[in-house]
Amino acid sequence: MTDAATTGAAAPADGPLTTADGRPLKSALARAERIRRVKAMLLVLPLLLFILITFLFPIALMLFRSVDNPIVADNMPRTIAALEAWDDRGELPDEAVFAALAADLAEARRNRTIGRLATRLNYETGGLRSTVTRTGRRAQRLKAPFKEALIGLDEDWANPETWAAIKRLGKRLTGVNYLAAVDRRYDVNDNVVPQPEVRRIYVGNFIQTLWMSVIVTIACLALGFPVAYLLSILPLRYSNVLMILVLLPFWTSLLVRTTSWIVLLQTEGIINDILVWSGIISEGGRIQLIFNAEGTVIAMTHILLPFMILPLYSVMKTIPPIYMRAAMSLGAGRHYAFWRVYAPNTLPGVGAGCLLVFILAIGYYITPALVGGQDGMMISNFIAYHMQRSLNWGLAAALGAILLFGVLILYWVYSKLVGLERLKLG
Amino acid sequence: MKRFLTASVSAVAALGLWAGAAAAADKLTVVSWGGAYSMSQVKAYHEPYEAKKGIKILSENYNGGLAEIKAQVEAGKVTWDVVDLELSDAVRGCDEGLLEELDLSQLPPAPDGTPAKEDFIAGTLHDCGVATILWSTIYAYDAGRMTGGKPRTIADFFDTKKFPGKRGMRKTPKVNLEFALMADGVPPGKVYEVLSTPKGVDRAFAKLDTIKGNVVWWETGSQPPQLLADGEVALTTAYNGRIFDAAATEGKSFEIVWDGQVWDIDLWAIPKGSPNKDAAVEFIKFSTDTRRLADQARFISYGPARRSSVALIGKHFEAGIPMGPHMPTAPGNFKNALQNNFEFWADYQDELNERFNAWLAN
Repeated sequence: MTDAATTGAAAPADGPLTTADGRPLKSALARAERIRRVKAMLLVLPLLLFILITFLFPIALMLFRSVDNPIVADNMPRTIAALEAWDDRGELPDEAVFAALAADLAEARRNRTIGRLATRLNYETGGLRSTVTRTGRRAQRLKAPFKEALIGLDEDWANPETWAAIKRLGKRLTGVNYLAAVDRRYDVNDNVVPQPEVRRIYVGNFIQTLWMSVIVTIACLALGFPVAYLLSILPLRYSNVLMILVLLPFWTSLLVRTTSWIVLLQTEGIINDILVWSGIISEGGRIQLIFNAEGTVIAMTHILLPFMILPLYSVMKTIPPIYMRAAMSLGAGRHYAFWRVYAPNTLPGVGAGCLLVFILAIGYYITPALVGGQDGMMISNFIAYHMQRSLNWGLAAALGAILLFGVLILYWVYSKLVGLERLKLG
Repeated sequence: MKRFLTASVSAVAALGLWAGAAAAADKLTVVSWGGAYSMSQVKAYHEPYEAKKGIKILSENYNGGLAEIKAQVEAGKVTWDVVDLELSDAVRGCDEGLLEELDLSQLPPAPDGTPAKEDFIAGTLHDCGVATILWSTIYAYDAGRMTGGKPRTIADFFDTKKFPGKRGMRKTPKVNLEFALMADGVPPGKVYEVLSTPKGVDRAFAKLDTIKGNVVWWETGSQPPQLLADGEVALTTAYNGRIFDAAATEGKSFEIVWDGQVWDIDLWAIPKGSPNKDAAVEFIKFSTDTRRLADQARFISYGPARRSSVALIGKHFEAGIPMGPHMPTAPGNFKNALQNNFEFWADYQDELNERFNAWLAN
């Protein structure tokens, strides 16, 4: 519009064009445009605000929480300052540091912040919680020399690792949560070392989460493609019935569907009963089908299936049957025509369905929590544990952030390989 | 999208609380664990209190832990007035300033005049919490399906030769490690001493290894009675109240093995900054007197925290069974009992949980 006004204004030699009330046409047009733009902005403003508050703000908060580490710095200022000079990690810090610690802990106890401090240190080294609270209770009455007094109170103060942990956590921004999320930690000399083998869980679980999501996606595609195809070619009155069969579970509560799978798959359940009855397995040889990774994959596949079928169906519906007929009239066999003409046209739906199912699966929580049992846990279950039980929100945030970036990277790879414009979400 | 949900809990919780902040002083929100347990509290505490004071009590359910309280306190909008907490959470919440401190001298004395501090069983009163019940983790079996000998000791739970079949256990290291050590011959008094050493932890996991392939892991208290009823497991650890409930009201032939029971307490606590603090304190004083605590035992088989309540325990409100012998604290049941050590678990929970999950996955 503005361009048109400019060319219009440049044409006559005797000054710019004006409107009836004498204002330049260009600015009058720009003004009208601006009002329309403001109106449009106002219309989308609620949605923008909603997304900002419920989506972007929490994510920003989560990213911040994963590196935010104020507790030790706020509650042990003297100790942190005194530890500046401590370099020889083989030796204990000197008396001044111990004196600062006693003063800090006494004050933290008076302010009733010692619990948070103790909890934060305990995330780093198990057992420090009781060391800190116990020391805090007596810190008021301690007398110099503090080094002997504190070590007499608890042996943990004679361990350089304790001091290294305090010094490390004295920084307001920290990467320890991310290290912990990839099964690493700092040793006494601040080198990054792997966790002891018996405590390594997260890396393995990230891999397991990815792997299970891939299998669920493949299974959904294999099961969903024929259904969507059938839906798209059947006459309307049959396809409507079939569509309801697809949508009915979609509308049923997630919990109901998951518990139904428990009923079906448990060792005393229907599937095992049928297998025993038909003599395929013996009474003693009942198969464990639920409360493990396999059961989780089965239940998740069923629950996520509609997310594959619906985008596939919406794409298949738009492929004119004439293409297939044309291919066959030109001499292609049924299979050849299907794979070379029909299947490539469904790719936008396949891409959308796979992306949707995979992204939903990778963050799945309820189903693995209910039927995951021994080895079907996914990373969301650990995030929930740290949110609800250990209250280690920093570690939960770090795990969540890694998951988020993983998905973003996959999304980016997808857009490079397939192209987002080929995505059709329904 | 689920990951965003977990991540945005605090912000969304804050919003939700903001919307529902119209809390008037004529009602109290009391939060507990749901199911038969909440029902017992509603019958024994809430209903008489509503009748007496003309206050409306909203009973809400949660699934334990401090996450919601932490979110409410940090957002500055507290909508829960009284919460039923496990001991470890009550102590930790108190340490972290998430709970109000209570004036324990205000609690009513026993009918014979014994002050509350002496009437409550040792270790059941805390700076921020007043205990109502003793509950315990035991193991149980279905007598109808158990052919041959009956299991009697905690060692029998780990003996798959004598008692074949699957075991149900809660998917957490807590209590399972204690069971394992006691089954391995450690006396209850020494369990936490042994567990505090790396060797002791190895020993407990080694004992768990012996039944690992036979375990069905449960997560919520309603699962073990179901697992037993379905025949999914031959033996299962469970909360004693749930097993009693299934036996008394649903006619199941479940039997409890009390040997090696690990008992714990639940306490009332008030989240820091509750707008109805005074009313909440009144409610706690009312519900923890001798009469009310004894009344609750009529509805569920958890033991009252006051000594003076024991003599007043009556019969089950539906089944008419005398409740006394079904209490974890009944003399015959309490012989080889271990109290859950919250200090130990507050210290080592995260570490042992990681180890437990690594052990599960391998």
